[in-house]
Amino acid sequence: MEDALIVHRLHFAFTVTFHYIFPQLTMGLALLIFVMKTLFLRTADEKWNRAARFWAKIFGISFALGVVTGIPMEFQFGTNWSEFSRSAGGVIGQTLAMEGVFSFFLESSFLGLFLFGEKRLGPRGHWFSSMMMLVGSWLSGYLIVATDAWMQHPVGYLLEPNGQFGLASFWGLILNPWALWQYAHTITGAVQTGCFTMAAVGAFYLLSRRHEDYGKVFVRTAVIVGLIAAFVQLWPTGDSQGVMLTRYQPVTLAAMEGLFETERGAPVAILGQPDVPRRTLDNPLMIPHALSFLTYRTWAAEVKGLDSFPQSDWPDAIPLLYFSYHIMVGLGTIFIAVLVLAALLLWRGSLFNSRWMLWILMLSLPFPFIANTAGWITAEVGRQPWLIYGLMRTSQGVSQQVSAGNAWFTLIGFMGMYAVLAILFLFLVYREIERGPGEDSPGTLAGAAEAAD
Amino acid sequence: MGTLWFCLVAVMLAMYVVLDGFDIGAGVIHLLVARTDEERRTVIRSIGPVWDGNEVWLLAGGGTLYFAFPALYASSFSGFYLPLMMVLWLLILRGTSVEFRSHVVSDIWASFWDGVFALSGVLLAVFYGAALGNVVRGVPLDIAGRFFEPLWTNFQPRGHTGVLDWYTILVGVAALAALAMHGALWVALKTEGALNERARNAAQAFWWGVALLTIVITVASFHVQLLLSTAFSAHVWGFMFPVLAVAGLLGVAWFLRARAELAAFLSSCVYLLGMLTSVAFSLYPRVLPSSVNAVFSLTVDNAKAPEHGLRVGLAWWIVGMALATAYSVHTYRNFAGKVERSLDEEGYGSSPQKI
Repeated sequence: MEDALIVHRLHFAFTVTFHYIFPQLTMGLALLIFVMKTLFLRTADEKWNRAARFWAKIFGISFALGVVTGIPMEFQFGTNWSEFSRSAGGVIGQTLAMEGVFSFFLESSFLGLFLFGEKRLGPRGHWFSSMMMLVGSWLSGYLIVATDAWMQHPVGYLLEPNGQFGLASFWGLILNPWALWQYAHTITGAVQTGCFTMAAVGAFYLLSRRHEDYGKVFVRTAVIVGLIAAFVQLWPTGDSQGVMLTRYQPVTLAAMEGLFETERGAPVAILGQPDVPRRTLDNPLMIPHALSFLTYRTWAAEVKGLDSFPQSDWPDAIPLLYFSYHIMVGLGTIFIAVLVLAALLLWRGSLFNSRWMLWILMLSLPFPFIANTAGWITAEVGRQPWLIYGLMRTSQGVSQQVSAGNAWFTLIGFMGMYAVLAILFLFLVYREIERGPGEDSPGTLAGAAEAAD
Repeated sequence: MGTLWFCLVAVMLAMYVVLDGFDIGAGVIHLLVARTDEERRTVIRSIGPVWDGNEVWLLAGGGTLYFAFPALYASSFSGFYLPLMMVLWLLILRGTSVEFRSHVVSDIWASFWDGVFALSGVLLAVFYGAALGNVVRGVPLDIAGRFFEPLWTNFQPRGHTGVLDWYTILVGVAALAALAMHGALWVALKTEGALNERARNAAQAFWWGVALLTIVITVASFHVQLLLSTAFSAHVWGFMFPVLAVAGLLGVAWFLRARAELAAFLSSCVYLLGMLTSVAFSLYPRVLPSSVNAVFSLTVDNAKAPEHGLRVGLAWWIVGMALATAYSVHTYRNFAGKVERSLDEEGYGSSPQKI
């Protein structure tokens, strides 16, 4: 059974990690497209509209992949985690079903209008459809985060005599404080992904001296929106998550920080490698007292280390948890630095001539995806060994009758299929970037041949 | 409360079959009726703006099933592990083929996605039919309400069963014929000219297959699952469901001959609804019969979620579905009539050179 458990965990981890590449991009782009459509309505400058149209194409490709890779997530609650579903379906089924009923119908109805209906809808109607895409994708994100938040911090439930969890308070579930902060943190992360993607494409155009007008539009919009998101990411949303962890998952906090022993005036480790069997942090680079301040707001507060908790309650992959947390925070800090610098140059009017800065923006592209993924690994590995924190162990939630062999079979199948989807995604997005905004004839060979005629 | 949610989930899943059924059916007949690139683009465009919304009925229906009957969701999804995963892969292939075909102008590219679209349609139809066959036949649910079925064992519908046996394969083939007819009627409704004529001929040809297979699977179902005759003899009013199916099927033939395309398509919807409600009626109050011991069957009472959640859910479900219905009506209205053949129209299956 142990053997199958690992495969089922890998199965979910792999499929959800791949899936989340797309929603973080579409949730971020949805906001940026809406901003550009709004600016178009206000200024009547066609440039904004063409910029929005260009990003809508990339949004459309990403959205399609988000949809097709999202369906397996809903199914896996039943196929791979059936014991969890049997117990908790009465509670988290609420948010999952609401996502289908409220978000997916809305998104699927407006997506076609948004992508292909500009002529028919007119400027105001099309602006409205871009707003509905924003509402739909952000609502979908909330309902999923609320589902996860219940697993992190279960509230509003009661235990039925037959061992099932039942809903006790609908609003308790929907307005779970954990969900509110986690959502704010998640969505600002998605906005940063959208912004860094847009900035990278803009910087690419400026550096290669193509579509320079649009390159400037992209970089400017992305840097301004991204700067706001990067600060909100740190404070209050990231900070509040830390405070919640301290209160409700102190053992997770200790593992994330690599704090093996309870300490007064605990430091924050910036670098170092946790050695779990020896219970030490090798090669540490520390900021003294910082952890105590961040968690309890006093420099000398006592922070519980892993030694305060029975080892059976420790997260089972402490090094992974430690590194993903540090990667998330480290990258988040670097993003703030990059965006502050870019915004200063923009304010001074020299950003578009600072090729070194454009190079940095272009090469930053993969890092917000990595940071968002690392953040989710921190949340979900940090929840271990619990599936529902404090109530159900991960090993109790797995499908008992699905063997490791069957799970490997489908995991390998997903890996193959997603490899193809990844190649398709890169190929199609590259073509859109290559074709560029503002041009009516495509940059394909067929289009070029036609233009030459 | 359990019965009410049984009906609501059944309605959502039936909507899925009727709506996504024609998308899948369009895939099944894609290579048969559409010969040129332009015709194939037209078939894709006939479902382009609606297929995603149609698939949402599966997601929303599945989500509602999860919320209302968690034990059924848990047992059936883990028990049907492999076929469900394959359905997921097919849904991924179908979705990408519709979305990505028009992105690149190349014969190789288009032919590849045409093939993927057709193959995923055929396999999805067979798998869905086989799934329905499994629910009717019953699965080896144990006392704890769990089971696991491999893809196949000895192809016999008794004893140690697999997902595929002669009975469920038969239902799968019937579903393939029914969805092919359904899809052909949709394509006929949305197109003109030679494509329209070929689609109507295909619907006509598949009609005979559907009629024959309907009789065969009805006889086989009564043979495999004794609950069916019990249900119909206990409540005679239940015969209205099979009668509905037969009326729908006759309607298809009648309206096809009269060249009333919309009426023929709607009759096909009635046929599908009649077949599905017949199954739902004859199994109720069971939602998944056990082939090991009748007492182990999952029913609306032992599979439903705790009461308070179901009552709360009713409030948001009504609001949400009212909105969803409004969106759907709006989308279909917008998309009413024949698919235009002009090439400069934006959108699915259009030629990117001209945008």
